[in-house]
Amino acid sequence: MFAELLQYLLSGLTIGAIYALAGLGFSIIYNASHVINFAQGEFIMIGGMASATLTASGVPLPLAIMIGCGGAMLVGVLVAKFAVERARNASTVTLIIITIGASIFLRGIAELVWGKDFKRLDAFSGETPIQILGASMQPQSLWVVGTAGVLIVAIGLFFARTLTGKAILATSHNRLAAQLVGIDVKRVVLASFALSAALGAIGGAVVAPITFSYTEMGIMLGLKGFTAAVLGGLGHGPGAVAGGLIVGIAEALGAGYISSAYKDAVAFVIILAVLLFMPNGLFGKRGTERV
Amino acid sequence: MLLEIEGLNSHYGRIHALKSASLTVREGELVALVGANGAGKTTLLRTLSGVHPASSGRITFDGCDITRMKASRRVAEGVVQVPEGRQLFGPQSVEDNLRLGAYRRGSGKPDDDIDRLYEMFPVLKVKRDQPAGTLSGGQQQIVALGRALMAKPRLLLLDEPSMGLAPLLVAEIFDAVQRLKREGTTILLVEQNAHAALAIADRGYVIETGEIVLSDSGAALLSNERVRQAYLGL
Repeated sequence: MFAELLQYLLSGLTIGAIYALAGLGFSIIYNASHVINFAQGEFIMIGGMASATLTASGVPLPLAIMIGCGGAMLVGVLVAKFAVERARNASTVTLIIITIGASIFLRGIAELVWGKDFKRLDAFSGETPIQILGASMQPQSLWVVGTAGVLIVAIGLFFARTLTGKAILATSHNRLAAQLVGIDVKRVVLASFALSAALGAIGGAVVAPITFSYTEMGIMLGLKGFTAAVLGGLGHGPGAVAGGLIVGIAEALGAGYISSAYKDAVAFVIILAVLLFMPNGLFGKRGTERV
Repeated sequence: MLLEIEGLNSHYGRIHALKSASLTVREGELVALVGANGAGKTTLLRTLSGVHPASSGRITFDGCDITRMKASRRVAEGVVQVPEGRQLFGPQSVEDNLRLGAYRRGSGKPDDDIDRLYEMFPVLKVKRDQPAGTLSGGQQQIVALGRALMAKPRLLLLDEPSMGLAPLLVAEIFDAVQRLKREGTTILLVEQNAHAALAIADRGYVIETGEIVLSDSGAALLSNERVRQAYLGL
């Protein structure tokens, strides 16, 4: 009974960590540019596919992950520069449609490059399950949770401690003022896309041994990441992380206790509930601005 | 000549907001630009800072044509603006706001400058860790001024620094402006409060519906019949 619950919680935590990274990616880009980037899932896919196919052709794993990450960052910058920046004054809906278009385009390219098959990536440190209080856990889950944890803390420090991080936050708070203190706001947007892409790609690489990689893996992961970001309050970093974990755990519990057929439905029930009953999310913007 | 604006035109869509405006500021001068609401004062400053495009004309700063220069580079060159309505980074702390003011300065020690600002405006030190958006209007204006000073401006653009402030605070802000001038900062001051602005300015310009219609010394403009009627309510 307890072992079963623990089992669900552990698998929920693992997948939730990936949703958290994706949600953080949504929030970072939303903050810098007020764009909801539905190509976020494709960054995860690029990370997963690149590391799986590169290691299969003999590239050492760390290098493969770095290449995947760099490739995703480049793609992120290109999406920002050629799809989003060109439509600077377009409405939010238009921008969303543009990013959806970009995501379809990226999936198409990925299919041309990598084909439609599932790609396998070996677990980083073996497949011998770890037994915890009657539940068992793949060692790869530790990699997923650990990597996500390190990245989330690093991102938090980056925004709280570095001038560049503060400048990105400043741009999200007041674009005009950011320009007037000399922040190049276009570069901030590009940087935010690169940063989100890196988060997604690393997440994709560490989760690949659990989920397998395929060109459409980003669709669901991206949508769940979006759910995480909205649940936490769009643009709120720690909220997105909490949202990701909540969605992941709710999904695992739903799959375990109700039916695994409804696994994906859980996230969408959550997002509908959030949009209907608390559109600002759990940690939505508190107004501290005084006019 | 530190700043020279020649025949500057600027539009908002089809509205011709700035009509062939010309204006100069010499090193060390305090120049006031006065005019009614909507006359084009803010447009002039926005165009100067590069956050609004010039349609035609020329802006020369210290001998360089900066008409098409990116906003962020102009700050690095020393053209720094305190915008209307203060425009702080509300949720970020007062100290972060000040540090961001020094964003373009690669070298130098911002810490020393922050200490100097805290000395000049003790209220900033008291409130250093508070979100800037929670401060009172007057305190926010001081943060906005301090943030601009952190950029080490060679030309400081002030847009309506007294707007929305109680008379006592207005006096304090104008005191600070005068102090900066005495210390050698070159200032272009835009104000609806024409009396206070012209009283401390070396020279002044009057702008009406996008056109600069008068220019003279501050004192001469203060006693100009037309200015007195239109802007001083005398």
